[in-house]
Amino acid sequence: MTDHLKREMKEALIRDAKSGGVSRRDFLTYSIAAGMSVSAASGLWTSDVSAATPQKGGKFRIGVHDANTSDTHDPGTYLSVGQIQLAHTHRSYLTEVTPENTVGADMATEWSASPDATIWTFKLAENATFHDGRKFTAKDAIASLNHHRGEDSTSAVKSLLAPIKDIKADGDHTIVIELDQGLADLPWFFTDYHLVMLPAKDDGKVDWESGIGAGPYKIVNHEPGIGTELVRHDGWHREGAYFDAIEFIALNDPNARQTALITGDVDSITSVDLKTMALLQRNKNLVVDNIPSGSGITLPMFCDQAPFDDVNVRLALKYSCDRDELVEKIMFGTATPGDDYHVSPGMPYAPTDIERRPYDPDKAKFHLKKAGLSSLDVNLSAADSVLPGAVDMCVLYSEQAKKAGINITPIREANDGYWADVWMKKPWTFVKWGARPTPDQMFSIAYKDDAPWNESHWQNERFNQLLLSAKAELDDTLRAEQYREMCMIARDDGGTVIPFFANFVYARNKGVARNDAVASSWENDGGRSTHRWWFA
Amino acid sequence: MGDVLAIVAKRLGLGLFTLLIISVLIFIAVELLPGDIAQAVLGQQATESTLAAKRAELGLNDPAPVRYFNWLKGAVVGDFGKSLVSSESVTDAITPRFKNTLFLALFAAVIAVPIAITLGVLVALFRNTLFDRVANVLTLTSISCPEFFLGYILILYLSVQTGWFPSIAKVSPDMSLFDRLHRTFLPALTLVLIVVAHMMRMTRAAIINLLASPYIEMARLKGTPAWKVIVKHALPNSWAPIINVVALNLAFLITGVVLVEVVFVYPGIGQLLVDSVSKRDFPIVQACCLIFAATFILLNLAADIGSILTNPRLRHPK
Repeated sequence: MTDHLKREMKEALIRDAKSGGVSRRDFLTYSIAAGMSVSAASGLWTSDVSAATPQKGGKFRIGVHDANTSDTHDPGTYLSVGQIQLAHTHRSYLTEVTPENTVGADMATEWSASPDATIWTFKLAENATFHDGRKFTAKDAIASLNHHRGEDSTSAVKSLLAPIKDIKADGDHTIVIELDQGLADLPWFFTDYHLVMLPAKDDGKVDWESGIGAGPYKIVNHEPGIGTELVRHDGWHREGAYFDAIEFIALNDPNARQTALITGDVDSITSVDLKTMALLQRNKNLVVDNIPSGSGITLPMFCDQAPFDDVNVRLALKYSCDRDELVEKIMFGTATPGDDYHVSPGMPYAPTDIERRPYDPDKAKFHLKKAGLSSLDVNLSAADSVLPGAVDMCVLYSEQAKKAGINITPIREANDGYWADVWMKKPWTFVKWGARPTPDQMFSIAYKDDAPWNESHWQNERFNQLLLSAKAELDDTLRAEQYREMCMIARDDGGTVIPFFANFVYARNKGVARNDAVASSWENDGGRSTHRWWFA
Repeated sequence: MGDVLAIVAKRLGLGLFTLLIISVLIFIAVELLPGDIAQAVLGQQATESTLAAKRAELGLNDPAPVRYFNWLKGAVVGDFGKSLVSSESVTDAITPRFKNTLFLALFAAVIAVPIAITLGVLVALFRNTLFDRVANVLTLTSISCPEFFLGYILILYLSVQTGWFPSIAKVSPDMSLFDRLHRTFLPALTLVLIVVAHMMRMTRAAIINLLASPYIEMARLKGTPAWKVIVKHALPNSWAPIINVVALNLAFLITGVVLVEVVFVYPGIGQLLVDSVSKRDFPIVQACCLIFAATFILLNLAADIGSILTNPRLRHPK
């Protein structure tokens, strides 16, 4: 091949890849076919395609689901997807989940901990301003965190911040946080979507009512349940925010949302209906993003109740679950198979060397025999409000388990009141968990022996010891080892079957470009598409 | 005319009484819903202590009758309270959306009523012909389809495939009238398709009903053309049932459009009501329901007055 031809091919490839017509994998294949080495091709992708210089301009219109008339600006009551997306756009946080799913700087630029991880120092950005021009200082940061603390706080994250004993300012741009226990994950805590930075009022309370924040865009017009219009905040202290303006449009009906994307009324939507996903993918002007998330589906069984009190019964049920088939048929491929420990592949410290438990009816029979049983009859409660297709999933699981001589009877429970009357009340239930950023948070909430939401009533001494010691462990290697061991214990002894982690499935117009990596904490790049993406 | 005014006054008085009863019923219904607003607002992750703090903040610890009378005290002087969820004033939350609902209803009515009555007269004139059959089959088909289905069909053909109209009817206050009409044309058309059949068939039935009367026969015998018999002799006497069915359909255009609002993402009052019920936001639910009830009461009243005014015997009683 002549050099000239090579160059021409290369340019054509880059052009196609930039416009979204060629995936990374295809790009590498073609480049290698054109005589490039793997590393050169990969480097070319990073330098010339994915890192294509973002362009400024345009109005980015997002059709967002779960946006309600009852949505407020009070961060303590943030709950809906609409609120979470908006919060990451007009407000800011101390730290953020980066596109690589690590913890990164937002309003805090750097941080350090005392050796036992009980005293933390966060340096704050000195050039950050609120939308009304006020400077962001330690006073604002402290007031913002205190909004979620204290006796009369109605914040949903009151318990998350319970370990904080005291927060003090050290000058205008440093805060010192004192904890009543060592917490190596504290910087991760501050990525929580409730913990936005707000302007402080003179009395030490925050002003959340006005909607003023220090985020990349400021609100021009906000109608809850209808939409929000924003323009770029020129005083934003970070790189990015390429769009001139942002518009969120509440599109709760899946059909309305997808039609609006097809007809070009919006540029991006936050959720795709799985049943019609294939049709949407056929449209050449659209890109469907299928991003693994940490949102786990769990089937917790009461470990203190027969027959689940025998670990062999639990193992039999784990072996009789064909996760690949469930992902394929129930989730249309938009999920990541689980391995019965609640750490998704995207989480920090996720072990990579544990071989996933296969579907093995013979092994299941073996464990059943070891438990002294020839067959097993159990009920599994589910409701479609937890996950569309939940009951179907239980029916399919029950078919899979039949081969091992296990009779699972799926029970369709009422949608209303499922969390109050079924979850944590019946011995085996279907549950969907929102993603937690770190293994520590997930384990502490739902697997620790005395956790109020220990949904499987599981007690394991070694696991709980490790949980406590890993909490304050600042050495990452040691910490990763501890979490790996905990994962193994949960996998082999725990009372929870985790068939899969549900993916985020969202879609955008081909004209909207993004970097290769996206945060998997929330829809649309962890809710930060508004300042990370751009119009190509 | 004095009699008409007396009737109006009496009916308005009764209407207010009806509204009072309805407000009690709605309050009881919202109370009976499982779960409470603190739980609905704070979600699954709320702990007991945050729930208790929220309940205290919203004044939910008072007994139910006390809360009802507190609301009523404000309502009689025109203060409908604040949304329990967003603490926005109910009037502020409802007014822009109610305006949108009224706009859509008016838009649909302006198209639907003339079409329905003209068609009704025409099919009465050409009754039992092919035209009559076709008009009936088409309008009955459209009224028999669920409105969301009609909406999707219209979106498919008039928006996705041709691109003539936007699929989402997002309106804002600063839009020009033409933009607004263009944006809301598909939802309005859906509503038109739903209400035309009812009004058209009532017009047809009312006119045909009269055609056997001796005075119509008289008109025919003196050689009046068929169209004139219907327009000049039959129609004036059939206004009463037509006005009634028109009023009923206008009320539907205001109160029954939740599905159309959802399909076209139109920011009307129906969506607000549904959201508020799911959050147990009593003041908003109450206000929306009272608006709906008042719509029915007023439109029925208007229909009755209309029947009186179009009927000389009632207008000039002995």
